[in-house]
Amino acid sequence: MNLAEGVQIVSFGILAVMMLAAALGVVLLSNIVHSAFLLAGVFLSISGLYILLNGDFVAAAQILIYVGAVNVLILFAIMLVNKQENFSEIPGSKFRKIATAVVCIGLFVLLGTMILVTPWALDSTSPAVIENTIIALGEHFFSDYLLPFELASVLLLMAMVGAIILARRDLIPEIADTTDTVSTRLTLPERPRELTSIGNVEEIN
Amino acid sequence: MQLEYFLVIAAALFCIGIYGLITSRNAVRVLMSIELMLNAVNLNLMGFSNYLDPSAIKGQVFTVFVITVAAAEAAVGLAIVLAIYRNRETIDMEQFNLLKW
Repeated sequence: MNLAEGVQIVSFGILAVMMLAAALGVVLLSNIVHSAFLLAGVFLSISGLYILLNGDFVAAAQILIYVGAVNVLILFAIMLVNKQENFSEIPGSKFRKIATAVVCIGLFVLLGTMILVTPWALDSTSPAVIENTIIALGEHFFSDYLLPFELASVLLLMAMVGAIILARRDLIPEIADTTDTVSTRLTLPERPRELTSIGNVEEIN
Repeated sequence: MQLEYFLVIAAALFCIGIYGLITSRNAVRVLMSIELMLNAVNLNLMGFSNYLDPSAIKGQVFTVFVITVAAAEAAVGLAIVLAIYRNRETIDMEQFNLLKW
């Protein structure tokens, strides 16, 4: 990172304030669509912090994977379960929130004290010894982290198959017993959709 | 720029994630809080990678693995939320009491 020290500190402050404000908005706002868009702000700020930490490839991967895939997935899930329901008030929810806030602030104070007290074994080597992080990461992936790298691909395949299986609509077991298999061969054995709920069916026809 | 700055804001992000995880009633918001916590962990790993191990950036390798696992977790978690929503017609976490005693 060739930026001057002042520029680094100023950009760190801006990114940190952006990230913490957006994270608080994700947790505290009542409208979940606003929360989803603020989550994208959190991911983008964290990507900027990665660039400050000399991780250019990981910053790009963060934007591609989190903002491009995970956040879009969350937005689709919000659209699919878009039900404006007013959650019924349960007794003691106020007390629960206050107690959780106290515990979280206490945990933050504990972690902060630990961070500031611990003598970190800082390495004085300049981060510029690695001129290209992509090459260094690739060497790690294909030499000493080869097994976790291959396992990650298997994990992604399993997650994809599992998500498809879980998100499919319910199977109807008795449809396998019907005799007219010729007409239903190319359709998935699913519960038929209620066309009345879609609306504007007549206009399409 | 010091390592402690990054660690402190990562700790703050983690605590915000825990707060959201416990107090949220909406199941999708719970998943978003989990993503916040995973990002806090990634920020820690990147900070350690830059300040403690700048010659062999193993922290960035672990960050890439955590991002992979987080993507898989988000896909499966949202599929589970969709399946529960189809069965129970709600996404209120207080009513997901199938495994409570």
